[in-house]
Order: sequence, then C-alpha cells, then structure tokens
Amino acid sequence: MTDAVTAHNLGKSYPGGVRALDGLSLTVRAGEVFGLLGPNGAGKSTTVKILTTLARPDSGTATVAGHDVLRHPDRVRRAIGVVAQRSGLDPMASGRDNLALQGRLFGVRGRALRSRVDDLLERFDLTGAAGRVVRGWSGGMQRRLDVAMALVHRPEVLFLDEPTTGLDPEVRGAMWAEIGRLATEESMAILLTTHYLDEADRLAARLAIVDGGRIVAEGTPAELKGELRGDAVHLELAKAADEPRARQAIGTVTRLREVSFDGRLVSARADDGAAAVPAALAALESAGVGVATVTVARPSLDDVYLRHAGRRFAA
Amino acid sequence: MTTLVSHTFWMTNRRLKVLVKQPAFVLILLVQPAIWLFLFGNLFRRVVELPHFGAASYLDYLVPGVVVMTAVSSNMWAGMGMLEEIERGTMNRLLTTPVARSAIMNAAVVEQALSTTVQVVAIILLGLVAGAEYPGGPAGLTVLTLAAILLGTIFSALSNTIGMLARQRETIIGINSMLLLPLTFLSSAFMAETLMPEWMRTVAAANPVNWALDAARAAMSTDPDGETVLIRGGWLLAAAVAMLLLSTRTFRAYQKSV
Ligand SMILES: Nc1ncnc2c1ncn2[C@@H]1O[C@H](COP(=O)(O)OP(=O)(O)OP(=O)(O)O)[C@@H](O)[C@H]1O
Ligand SMILES: [Mg+2]
Repeated sequence: MTDAVTAHNLGKSYPGGVRALDGLSLTVRAGEVFGLLGPNGAGKSTTVKILTTLARPDSGTATVAGHDVLRHPDRVRRAIGVVAQRSGLDPMASGRDNLALQGRLFGVRGRALRSRVDDLLERFDLTGAAGRVVRGWSGGMQRRLDVAMALVHRPEVLFLDEPTTGLDPEVRGAMWAEIGRLATEESMAILLTTHYLDEADRLAARLAIVDGGRIVAEGTPAELKGELRGDAVHLELAKAADEPRARQAIGTVTRLREVSFDGRLVSARADDGAAAVPAALAALESAGVGVATVTVARPSLDDVYLRHAGRRFAA
Repeated sequence: MTTLVSHTFWMTNRRLKVLVKQPAFVLILLVQPAIWLFLFGNLFRRVVELPHFGAASYLDYLVPGVVVMTAVSSNMWAGMGMLEEIERGTMNRLLTTPVARSAIMNAAVVEQALSTTVQVVAIILLGLVAGAEYPGGPAGLTVLTLAAILLGTIFSALSNTIGMLARQRETIIGINSMLLLPLTFLSSAFMAETLMPEWMRTVAAANPVNWALDAARAAMSTDPDGETVLIRGGWLLAAAVAMLLLSTRTFRAYQKSV
C-alpha cells in the first residue's frame, strides 16, 4: 500500500524572513495516526497547510494519498479532510447548513447528503443545536462541528491541527474515542498536531517532534521513551533567584546527568532516581538553596520532548 | 464546467443566505441611491437650461447617472467581504476543498450583481415616481441594468483583487475614497460631455463609468443607437471578464503568504 503522506525536505519562508520550515521530512503510513508535536512556532501548522494544498512550499516535495501536492492539488483536495487550527465555520449559517454545503462542494448530494449530515450531527452530539446559527455555539461545539465537516465526504487522509485545544476534559475524551475509532474502524490515515503529550501518547502510533522547522525526533512513543536511559528527576526551586547557586551545587552531584534548567525547574536523568535525589537535596541544602518539590518518574513523552526540543513542554 | 456552475451556485447561495439575514444592510442599499437622486435632482435641476446641455429634463438625465454611481460605490466594497472570509478562516477551509477557485470569485461578483440589480430597479421606480420619463422603454432600461451590472463587476472584481493582495481594510477604504468622485465626475453622470473641458472629455473616454453611461443613454433615448450600445457594452464586458480573471489569479499570491 502507498504511504498516506510523504514529505521530503520541505522548506518555506514567509515574507519578512521567517523561516517556518527548514528541510522537514516525514511519512505517514496508510491507516496510521501520526502525531506532530512541537513548541509554538515550530512549523506544525505550516506543514499542515502545505500538505493540504493551502500553502506552497519554497522547496521540497510532498504527496498525499499518492498525489503530488504541487502538481495535482485537486486530487489531493478530493482525498483529504482538514481541521485547521483556526475554525473555518460560516458563523452566520446553521450547523446543518455548514455541513451540507461542505458535502456539496465534494459532490455529495440528495438523500446521501442528508443522511450523512444527520449521521455526523448525531455522532458529534450536535443534533440539538443543528438548526441554530453557529455564531451562538460554544467553542467546544464549534470544534466538534469542525471535525464533522472534515469527515462529510469520507476522506482517505485526515489532517487535525490541534483538534482538542480548548475542549473540556470530557469532550476531549469523547474526541479521542472518535479519532481512535476513525483510525481503527474506517482505517483512515490521520496526521494530528497537538500540544498535549498525553494525547499523542494515547492516539499516535508514531510521532515526530518538530522544532525550528525540522523534525528533531521520530518513532513510536515507546521507541522515543526507550531512547532515554534511566529515571527522570525533576526539582522545583523555591526561588528563581537561586538558579545560579543551584547550577553550581547540582553540578557536583555525579549521579545526575543531562541536567537542564528552565526558570525554577531543574530536570535531569539518573540511573537510580531514588539514590540521586538525596544527594541532590543535600548538595542544594549546603548551598543554601530551598527546594519546593521533587519528583522522580519513569521516562515520559514530556522528557522526550524536553530532550529534543531543548525546553520543557508547557501546554 | 458543470462543477464550476454548480460550485458558483452553491457559493452564491451561501452568501445570499447571509445577506437576507441583514435587513438593515439591504435597507441602506436602497436608501442611499434615493438620497442621491433627491440631492442631485434638486441641486442641479437648472443645469439643463445651459446652452448645449442637450436634455430637456434633468431628472431624465440624472437617473442613469445615479445608477452608475450606485453601481460603482456599492461594488467597490466587495473586497471587504473577501477580507472577512480570510479573517474568519472560511477562506482557508474553502481552499482545501475541491471548490473551483473561480467559483469563489464568481460568487462574490454574482452576489454583488444581484444587489446591484435590486438597486437599479429601485432607482428606476423612484425616478418614475418623481416624474422621470424613459423614452427608450423596457429595452433601454434593460441595457441600463446590464451596463450597471457589468460596471459593478469591474469594480467588485477590482476590489476583491485589492483585498486579496493588500489584505488590509485601510487600503480598500483609501483607494475607494480616492476613486469614487473622480470616476463619477469624469463621466457624463451629472454633466453633459459637451460642456466638459477638452482634457476631461479625453479622460472620460477611457473611463468605464462613461462607457456604461454611453451605452445606457444610447439605449434609453427616443432614438436608440444600437451601435454605441454594442461597442460600449463590448468594452464593459471585456473589462469585466479581464478583471474577473485577474481576481482569480490572486489565489496564487495568497498561497504564498498564507
Ligand atoms: N501567514 C504567515 N505569515 C508570516 N509568518 C507566518 C505565517 N504563518 C506562520 N508564520 C510563522 O512561521 C513560523 C511557524 O508557524 P506555524 O504556525 O507553522 O507554527 P506551529 O508549530 O503551528 O505553532 P503553534 O503551536 O503556535 O500553532 C512561526 O514563526 C510563525 O510566526
Ligand atoms: Mg499551529
């Protein structure tokens, strides 16, 4: 089977000199959920815009559902569903009208369109509000409609740019279940960008971390976590002003490696976290640095992210 | 081709549904030309008494003038709608669907053409109530309406082009306030060409607003002049098609900046 998405060496600069993508390559296999993680401005949305034919890359090539995005954008558009980071609903139209128009643009019509629209409204729990103008809907309802719109024509490849940002935990859970269902039951390939590591961990079969317009790490969540040896140790200093002294003190603790500072947060790795913590605390205490919290954990995606994007993940 | 027509239809339908939900806006569309008809009709009533003006009733002369001025002034704001689509994110959503790019531009222009038609009919009826006579009959009035629609298309497509390229309301506002009055007064809208200085007549000859007036006046006179109607109408049509094609080309520039 052909890959759902291939991107090779994509480069894009915006007027004004911002280098949004700097040689980004990735592959999404047929039927898989692929997660794209990265800090603000990393280039996630730019990647999605290029793959969905909205923007043109300055360099590089890409295919979606087997079609070249530059040479056959029309074929790509017919094969994809897109949920952009910013909603694209018609605020003055009802939910039902929004869905119906989207279907018509893809050539769905008549009875098939009506039943598809009813179906999606039902599935995303929007039937009650369907006749009302979208402008008056809550943010969560609008986001669900965004996703429903992307599905109206049963796309082969689905792009979700931060689909759950701003949703309450319950709705997010329902959205996760729905995304999982699309991947398993409808074997849709899904490229998902997210700021939530738990979301990527739970949904994505493979994921990539983007930073500065290129992929800095890629693999299954288990592979990426496996790259990190030992436990993660996180300390939170009581006062940010203590940082210089804390640096010096922590530097003497040989059991800690890969130490990084981010404001009051100190992160490090240790082969045996339980033994390293007392040593670290003792060193800090003798330097007169107060510690607010200490945690020791098995490696998480958060740590993977920290290591590759060079900073702590703050959603 | 059939998808282009059907996409244009559905995209127009979408815009009209929004338009009818704004009755205040529709009302303004109708009140504005009524005010102009009243103001100019009273202000310039006696210019027909000037030698060589060439018309017996200023009201008869004024109706096509107000029609073209209205067509220009309402259509030149079309670009604001494009900016709104971009800001709302609807433009980006549409551009990732198979919708024909030209359908997006066509729909904007067709919506404008429909509201222009409503405005033109309203002006014609108002003129009738005020006592204007239309010796050219229904044929003359049809030419007047078509000329207004074509003229409107030139300016709405121009405005859409500016909106897509400049992406700023201020640019549209600036260009419009700069253009409307010169375009109107460098034409025979309110003053007979015979009374214009020589240089103005030269400029007016290249002014699409004047082409529309030439066509309309030729068709609306007691002795309609089909040749002028066809030639000026042809120019208007060519300019409208060219502007529409140009406006569709702007999607390529948009793709670079999005
Ligand atoms: N239309 C644009 N014009 C100019 N610069 C842009 C445009 N879109 C994005 N950029 C810049 O390109 C870079 C990458 O932006 P992009 O939106 O792809 O980031 P992102 O990873 O999606 O970030 P976020 O997590 O905040 O959504 C940023 O520096 C951004 O400021
Ligand atoms: Mg983004």
